[in-house]
Parts: sequence; structure tokens; C-alpha cells
Amino acid sequence: MHQDYTITHLKQLESEAIYILRETAAQFEKPVLLFSGGKDSIVMAHLARKAFYPSRLPFPLMHVDTGHNFIETMEYRDRYVADLGAELVVASVQDAIDAGKVTEETGPNASRNGLQTVALLEGLEAGQYDAALGGGRRDEEKARAKERFFSHRDSLGQWDPKNQRPELWNIFNGRKQHGEHFRVFPLSNWTEMDIWQYIKLENIELPSLYFSHVRPCFERNGVIMAVTDFIELLPEESATVKDMRVRFRTIGDATCTGAALSDAADLDAIIGEVAAARQTERGTRADDKRSETAMEDRKKEGYF
Amino acid sequence: MSETNTAAGYLDMDLLRFTTAGSVDDGKSTLIGRLLYDSKAIFEDQLEAVEKSSKSRGDENVNLALLTDGLRSEREQGITIDVAYRYFATPKRKFIIADTPGHIQYTRNMVTGASTANLAILLVDARKGVIEQTCRHAFIANLLRIQHVVVCVNKMDLVDWDEATYNAIVEDFKKFASRLDNIVEVTFIPASALLGDNIVNKSKHMPWYQGPALLYHLETVYIGADENHIDARLPIQWVIRPHSDKWHDFRGFAGRIAGGVFKPGDPVKVLPSGFESTIKSIQTMDGELEEAFAPMSVALTLNDEIDVSRGDMLVKLNNSPEPTQEIEAMICWFSSDKKLAGRGKFIMRHTEKEVKALVKEVRYKVNINTLHKIEDDLVFSHNDIGRISLHASAPLMADSYSRNRITGSFILIDEQTNETVAAGMIL
Repeated sequence: MHQDYTITHLKQLESEAIYILRETAAQFEKPVLLFSGGKDSIVMAHLARKAFYPSRLPFPLMHVDTGHNFIETMEYRDRYVADLGAELVVASVQDAIDAGKVTEETGPNASRNGLQTVALLEGLEAGQYDAALGGGRRDEEKARAKERFFSHRDSLGQWDPKNQRPELWNIFNGRKQHGEHFRVFPLSNWTEMDIWQYIKLENIELPSLYFSHVRPCFERNGVIMAVTDFIELLPEESATVKDMRVRFRTIGDATCTGAALSDAADLDAIIGEVAAARQTERGTRADDKRSETAMEDRKKEGYF
Repeated sequence: MSETNTAAGYLDMDLLRFTTAGSVDDGKSTLIGRLLYDSKAIFEDQLEAVEKSSKSRGDENVNLALLTDGLRSEREQGITIDVAYRYFATPKRKFIIADTPGHIQYTRNMVTGASTANLAILLVDARKGVIEQTCRHAFIANLLRIQHVVVCVNKMDLVDWDEATYNAIVEDFKKFASRLDNIVEVTFIPASALLGDNIVNKSKHMPWYQGPALLYHLETVYIGADENHIDARLPIQWVIRPHSDKWHDFRGFAGRIAGGVFKPGDPVKVLPSGFESTIKSIQTMDGELEEAFAPMSVALTLNDEIDVSRGDMLVKLNNSPEPTQEIEAMICWFSSDKKLAGRGKFIMRHTEKEVKALVKEVRYKVNINTLHKIEDDLVFSHNDIGRISLHASAPLMADSYSRNRITGSFILIDEQTNETVAAGMIL
């Protein structure tokens, strides 16, 4: 018998996320789960399995593919989706470029990160998806701290932070006009530490990029970048390329995801590192450094 | 912090959600900043960014409010316009802070932040004592049934750590709070957030105070009785039907338990149909459970094939709410564009059920500064709180809010704009 009926904070977060996932399936006609192969979207997919067990997921996964992926991420994605028996939809930035819908940035700092928004909105429209489940967390970045679980987007996919619907108790208002959609964030209340502890608790497999490995890297604006086919090196940078022991704290487009020097080769070591960290994980994201409200600006336009 | 990264320590932690209400002047940002910084929840790059923007704004000190006021318009106007959620953990507990602005026009945010909180911190400036704003915050904490309140008498350094000043404030607040019946427990703490006295560490300046520092109280306050574990309620969210060979006849009734304890073998009833059955199993991906209680998300299977769908509720045989279409409730009006004058038609969302609702009558509004009833102005506009009666187009399985926050709450939605225009607590 229980002395008192309490559950741990990870179980509370799990229960809350499962509630949101079920609510999304119930309130929307055609939801989709945004799956990047990063740890947050992996945890979200894992929670979705739990929410609908023993059924399959009642919605497909969507990968917004910049074409600038780490090979490790793609391998993981394909294997995970096959295991899940889920449907995968790919929204491709390359296709948007080929169709002349967007123009690619050029130069050494060129990134397709901003173009993801276009591919995402195109993908949502093509599939007529009315809710996109994202792995965003409020502790990641200050513009996300005020994000709702059910976040309303107008018919252009834009976010209006000053006019958000209040969310009280367990009640979520997903009503919308034709052509509008919602972003839904089941992991809103999770921190980076919660994610790692949950991965360990649930024994969830991750892409190898998260663990320490040796690869050729160079430094740009104080951020360690991996040498890949997608990055144009400046002459002075070419000279600084060397093998470094690194791991990635977030996994995104290879052109703007920085690595961190690290010896952490397993979950316990990573958890120790996160506990001791004095930099947020987005501190290694070159895309957020462009301006103080860079994230808010991108979100307003429809970024995740 | 070292203990939090050991698996055992971290996995044993429970969760406390609290709100802070107060204006910048009360030292609220300083208080939160200190809790976050001392528990290492603020990171170097966040602090650097805040230092940089404080400087460019010409602030003398590092303005910790800039950590949470992330929206461009907030930074420009130097105000908090929305609930900001912040997270920190100590080796004992994980905390979610719903930080809400204190100005009167933002009642709606305080109500929102309070709806999920176990505890509220009310900040009182020791030089000013209990003021209108303190009463307003206490009223909202009580209305939303926050069971634990901490009255933090801040800026004690500015009154020479004087015991008599503190005692007078405590007495003042107690006199006022005797009218607030939902608050189970009030704790008073004299503090100086700026100097750190009685926030994380006990103050050396106030030997006359025998109680704990704020953080210790937050870590240890007993919240195990906050959920209702008597009245078993499972609002059905989703019916799981796998249609696979292995799970051919499986029908799992999924939802988040809103109250009570469910066990296999328990006789249950489906509302509103009244069909009865017994619980066959409590299913999760990790295996079957022996019991389930609030706030767990589960899927139950029943021993009989009866019709259950989203919006229904599973309850125990001898303990069920009476389905009703006539509701008396306190509401807080949220919409800045629309008003409620007399009667009005809305969409109402209660648990997983959506119905049409007709507000039949506004009984009274409340002046939240004086707690007096207002009976000569019955038009609800932005941030007004008061009592209404309404008629729902279908029976609701409602409990009183004072008995259950989940089955006793609802929102009203505007039919044209789909905006959430009010939040309601059933009497």
C-alpha cells in the first residue's frame, strides 16, 4: 500500500506530455509529429508510443530536411521510423530551392536554417496538417518561455506572442478557423536535465553524435564547427582544421550546429556534464547569435 | 547540485509548481533571480546576454527580469506582459515557477498561473505592509484554490530587521486572510532577497525568527494531499483500438486521472450513460499497473463491452457527480475585445467535453481589492471576476471546484473568434 499517492517529477512530466499528445490526436483532424532525429523529438516520439500503446501512432512523422544532415542523423531516423512502424513525410528544403520558392544564402556563413520555415509551412500545407507537434521546451530560450502548449498560428503560419490564448488547468482550446493551424509542444515543461534523465530511465537509444567522438573540426566566431561537405571554409579557417574530441548538445543543420569539446561517452557522463554546464545548449547554436531576439523573429514567421 | 546528477537523487524528486506575484518594486525579480542563480538554473551565456542588454538600456544593476521578459515588446516597454515559466531543481525537488506580473490589468495572467500551482509566494514590502495588491493576490490564490501560501515579508534590511514591524504585518495579513477559506496553510517568512537573508540561507540578522528559509520551505512543504485521492474520476480522452491480430478485441479507455484511485476489479460506472462494469486492467507500455491515481495518464480496460467515448467519465459506483446542465460558477473574464453583459452564448469546455453554454445571469462581480460585491455594474470586461449562472446544452459531470480542480473547472470560448474569453470555477 502507498503511504501517500505521489509520483516523481519525471512521471508527472511524462503524464502531462501523454495527456497533450492524446489531446492533440483528439482535437485535430490531421496532426503530424515533427521529427528531426534530435533528442527532444526522439523523446516526444517515445512518449507518443506510450500514449497510444498498444496502437500505432495515429499520426505520421515529418522530417524537415535541410539536405545538410549529419549522416549519423539520417541513419538513425530511418532505423527509428522503421522500428516504430510509422509513416514518414519528408519536407525538403532542397525541393523548395529547386522549385525556386526560396533563394539559398551564399558565402561562408550560408545556412539553410531560415529556409526550413518555408519547407515546413509548405509541408504542412501539402499534407493539410492542422497541428504540428514539436519538441520545443520553455527552458531553451527566452522567447520560448512564454510559448503555450497549444500555440495558435494564423493562416500564414505566423505566431502572435501578444495575443496568445490563456491555458488553465488541463483545458486546451484547439479551435481554429479554416486554414489556421496549431503548433503543439508536449515537452514545454521539461528541462535539458529532465530530457537526459528520462532518456536514461527509459533506456532510449540516441544518434551517436550525442556521444563523444573524434572528428575534423574548426572554430568560427567562437563556435566549434564540424567539417562537412556543406560548409565553405575561409582560407584562414582551413589552416585551423584539426581532429577534436567532441559531441553535439543539439542536432540540427550541419552548417549551424556547433560541437562542444567533450569526453562524455555515455549517458552518465553526459548527465554529469549537463549538471556542471555553465552554458545553455543553445549556446552552441550559431543561428541564435545573430541578434538578441533572433529566436522570436524566426518563430513569428513560423519557425518551430 | 552534485546530488541531483546521481540517478537515485534525481529520480526520487517530486514536483512543486508555484506562482510568484508582485511588482518589480517588491523585489520579485531579485527573489527569483536569487533562487535560480543559487540553484544554478541560470547559465553563463544567459547572464552575459542579460548583462549586455541591461547595459545598453542604461540600467544601473543587472536587471534579472530580462531573463524572463523575452518578448521584444516586453523588453522595449520594460514590463512583463505574460506568464513566464521558469525551472529549477535542488537535490530534493524540481520547481516550476509561473511568474506573473503584478499590475491590476494582468489579473488574467495571475489566474492562469495560479490554476496549476500548489503554492503561491506573496511578496510584501516590509516598509509598506499589507497593501491592496497583497489582498488581490491572496484573493486570487484563494479563488484558484492554491492550498499553500507563503507571505514573504521582503526588504527587512530597510526596516532594520525589526521584529515588531514584521509581527504587525503578520497580524494584518491574518486578519484579512480569515475571510479566505480555501487556503489550507499560510507561512510567513521575513527576508531580504537583495542580501539573500532567509532566501536560500537562514538570516543572521533576525535571530528572533525561528522558522525556515524560503528555499527550505519550498523543498519540504507537504503536497502529497493536494490532489483529491477520494473521489475517483477518469475523464475519457481517447479510446485506444489497435485493430491488430495480437490486440484484436482490445479497447483501452485513455485519459489522465482527475481524482481518486482505480484498481483492477473495482466496480465502475460510465457517465452520463450510467452503464456499469468492472476494471479488467490498467494498461501502460511498461506493463499492467496494480493501481492508478491522479495525475497519472493511463488506459483502462473493462470486463464488459459497453459504449464509452471521449467526453464520458469513469467513476466508482458509489461516488459519482450528479450530471447537471445548470451550473453556478465564479468566472474571470479574459477578453479585452468582448464584454459579457447579462446573457451570452458560448462554447464551453469542461474536462474533455465541449458543449454550448448560455450564460443566464450575472449574479454579482467582486471588487478584488476590497472583496466587496458589486451589484450595480454587472457587465464583465477584461480582468473582472464574479459569479454567474449558466445552462449547458448537455449534462456535465461536474464536481465543485473546491472538491476537484479538474472536474470543477471550465473555460468559455467565443463562437466567432475561438478566443478563450473566460475561465470558470464551479460552486
